[in-house]
Amino acid sequence: MKTFDKIFLLAASLFLAPAAALAQQPASAPTASAATAGAPQGKPAPASDAISAKSQASPAQPSQVVGSETGSAPAPSNAQETQSAIGPLAKPTPGIGQPDGKAHLQPQFTPIGIEAAWFHDWILMPVVSVISIFVLVLLLAAVFLFRRGRHPQPSRTTHNTALEIVWTLVPVLILVAIAVPSIRLLAHQYDPPKADLTVKVTGNQWYWTYSYPDNGGFEVVSNILSDADDQKRGEPRLLGVDERMVVPQGAVVKVIVTASDVIHSWAVPAFWVKMDAVPGRLNETWFKVDRPGVYYGQCSELCGARHGFMPIAVEVVSPAQFAAWVASKGGTMPGAKKPTGPDTTAGSPITNPQGAPASTTAPGGGTSATPAPTNVSAGTGRPIGTNQSQAQSSRGI
Amino acid sequence: MTDTTANNLHFEAHEHDHHHEAEHVPGFFTRWFLSTNHKDIGTLYLIFAITAGIIGGTISGLMRTELMHPGIQYLQIWAGPHATMDEATHLWNVLVTAHGLIMVFFMVMPAMIGGFGNWFVPLMIGAPDMAFPRMNNISFWLLVPAFLLLLGSTQFAGGTGNGAGTGWTLYAPLSTSGSPGPAVDMVIFSLHLAGASSILGAINFITTIFNMRAPGMTLHKMPLFVWSILVTVFLLLLALPVLAGAITMLLTDRNFNTHFFDAQGGGDPLLFQHLFWFFGHPEVYIMILPGFGMISQVIATFSRKPVFGYLGMAYAMVAIGVIGFVVWAHHMFTVGLDVNTKMYFTAATMVIAVPTGIKIFSWIATMWGGSLTFETPMLWALGFIFMFTVGGVTGVVLANAGVDTIFQDTYYVVAHFHYVLSLGAVFSLFAGFYYWFPKMSGRMYNETLGKIHFWVFFIGVNVLFFPMHFLGMNGMPRRVPDYADAFAHWNYIASVGYFIMAASMGVFFINLFWSLFAGRKAPDNPWGEGATTLEWTLSSPPPFHQFSTLPRID
Repeated sequence: MKTFDKIFLLAASLFLAPAAALAQQPASAPTASAATAGAPQGKPAPASDAISAKSQASPAQPSQVVGSETGSAPAPSNAQETQSAIGPLAKPTPGIGQPDGKAHLQPQFTPIGIEAAWFHDWILMPVVSVISIFVLVLLLAAVFLFRRGRHPQPSRTTHNTALEIVWTLVPVLILVAIAVPSIRLLAHQYDPPKADLTVKVTGNQWYWTYSYPDNGGFEVVSNILSDADDQKRGEPRLLGVDERMVVPQGAVVKVIVTASDVIHSWAVPAFWVKMDAVPGRLNETWFKVDRPGVYYGQCSELCGARHGFMPIAVEVVSPAQFAAWVASKGGTMPGAKKPTGPDTTAGSPITNPQGAPASTTAPGGGTSATPAPTNVSAGTGRPIGTNQSQAQSSRGI
Repeated sequence: MTDTTANNLHFEAHEHDHHHEAEHVPGFFTRWFLSTNHKDIGTLYLIFAITAGIIGGTISGLMRTELMHPGIQYLQIWAGPHATMDEATHLWNVLVTAHGLIMVFFMVMPAMIGGFGNWFVPLMIGAPDMAFPRMNNISFWLLVPAFLLLLGSTQFAGGTGNGAGTGWTLYAPLSTSGSPGPAVDMVIFSLHLAGASSILGAINFITTIFNMRAPGMTLHKMPLFVWSILVTVFLLLLALPVLAGAITMLLTDRNFNTHFFDAQGGGDPLLFQHLFWFFGHPEVYIMILPGFGMISQVIATFSRKPVFGYLGMAYAMVAIGVIGFVVWAHHMFTVGLDVNTKMYFTAATMVIAVPTGIKIFSWIATMWGGSLTFETPMLWALGFIFMFTVGGVTGVVLANAGVDTIFQDTYYVVAHFHYVLSLGAVFSLFAGFYYWFPKMSGRMYNETLGKIHFWVFFIGVNVLFFPMHFLGMNGMPRRVPDYADAFAHWNYIASVGYFIMAASMGVFFINLFWSLFAGRKAPDNPWGEGATTLEWTLSSPPPFHQFSTLPRID
């Protein structure tokens, strides 16, 4: 036992040094907790710094746009319009697009989500509950029927071929019954309708950037809000961001997901969407939401110190609001006239396909057929990069 | 056969020693540090595993304490007086990483394979010792520096703060460009050593089981625990070299400018995930298969009835082991796999439910018609069967790639693998520990304390882990030190569950030490006619060298 003690003491002293620190200053606990209410902002990245300072000064301010469009600040009138159109920010609805703490899946707002939640709630859950209860009942029956007091003479039965065949084949049949809707769901997930809008999502340590290649390629940087700002804006703590990803209602949104440093994962539970953001790789997923509102998610792949503090917020707005929002970011609506403001990137085939020579537009690019009641989808040319990703991503490992 | 006479003479000489000077037991240092005796090495492994379990369990206590309420209350204090918030949240990742690695590599594996495997495989097959006693020694002693490297890594720079904060999965590029500093290198070396230890152990077990069975003990007469170890060590032998290769590539990516996992250099971060999970999925069966074996022994013993469907049980384990190698990408359903790939891995994963179901039903059938008593090991075995079923069926839910989209990397997954590991593997470890404690120590444990331990632990872990299903369904991601306020309720309950569980461990340790020093002397076979395997024919504890005359099995 001496060996045991020594090993344990050694290990404990090595690892539990931080715990010793706790023991030494228990009084500081409440102070520290108060001081760190805005926890993840303790040492913000420069970008995050600028943004949070700005948003604290005036949350209604049109947000900072970085990337290729930095030079073209939207006209003030435009910004005012945006504010009235989409809030500064639409208020989230409790219980929708965010966790409510109850023992269920978040309500679903995409066709895939509705199908998948039905499969989970009405096939998988009943089946696994019945199996668990069945096993429990068998166990309790065996315990009751064959306890020594009631059944002192054990039988010597060790084989029953019929029984063994049954408990092999019945699970097989159950699994086949599960597999059919499961495979169907997968097929639907991987068979998206033609996209009305493409958004490229990039995971960074520790924030998201959203770029809109269909709309002039402007980019939005999305940082977590401090707890105080969350409260001010009426957003759930840890889930609010300064700049949401905004998409029009009813549009099929193709999401191209990648990362700039380590692997992240872009997830919105209410859309049944989770796609890893892998550096050097373009993954594709999609969603289509009809209900305007705010939907939250969080980074879902361990990505370093602030992994828990890079939330995702998607705001679904009317097509008109979306157009206004795009304009406020200095972007363009496909098929619409270029904004009047100075556009430093005009002529660049990447950020502004309209201004680009025709030869750089990918063949067959764009989604001119537009069933949705919106002009959002009337893309006439999509940047080559996006089309490539459409062709390549998701279909091959 | 020509050697038989010589062997007998040799053994008789030992018998002679036995009568005259009790046993030929070496001195303390030689016995415990230069040990070549499988029982002593098994004991060392168990002590090691319990030590690691205390540390790993304490870490989970730290995590549950932090998660008990929303907001970050303690991390910054634990990280030190001058720690920034980033260092504090990095410490969180270090705790997550250390808990996972310690429990997998330094608690469950050493306890099951090194501890119970070493102790009881030779006894159950009627062998005097392991095939390579000195290799057995190095297997154990490689584990100690491995563990020290892992613990020591927490004191060295690992990127944002001290220690490796990569998760036990060590995904690149977080573990390469994302974690500068020596901490991750130390973790990689630690896994190299632990892996080498396990590979040597695996070779030893395979040789022992194939070559040293007592006359008449064919493969189809081996106790199921030996079968389970045999399958497990084959998995180890085939899976661990892949891990070793993968983490060596990590090491060269980190230090020698290779780009195996760096997209900018033509590598692929997902290659690491494929390699890791090609090891990692068999690894989860490595952690549970010996448990299956122990549960089979315990159920049969306390049902006073031979195990039902012996061949089905043995080959179900073989099937699980084989299928376990072709399902790895179900850990990677959200990385951007091809739809056909996902369909295949969905189907293959669900197939595993079939042999697992065979085992569950065969255990119940073993009890059916038996004459059951409910000593502590039996309680743990019954708890195992039900809890493993619950963990198993959530595995079937997760197997569906389309559904895993929403569950991947949430607490639902955490709940699932703790049900199969913390309530599966650990329950089987306790079943085995109470079952064999009289044999190993020569003293009986206290039955009342054992039952209290079981019931409080059972309630504690269920309160701890069941709400995690709800958290995951509602969308709480894994590996986060703070959460949206909506998750507060279930997190609080889970933390309460942890403290219930921790209290039960207090009962366990009281029982352990009290029984070791003051427990009633154990008879050779305390469990009666149901305990039919060879170890119960020996004294408690067994002689230093057993089976000087090989037993004959008919």
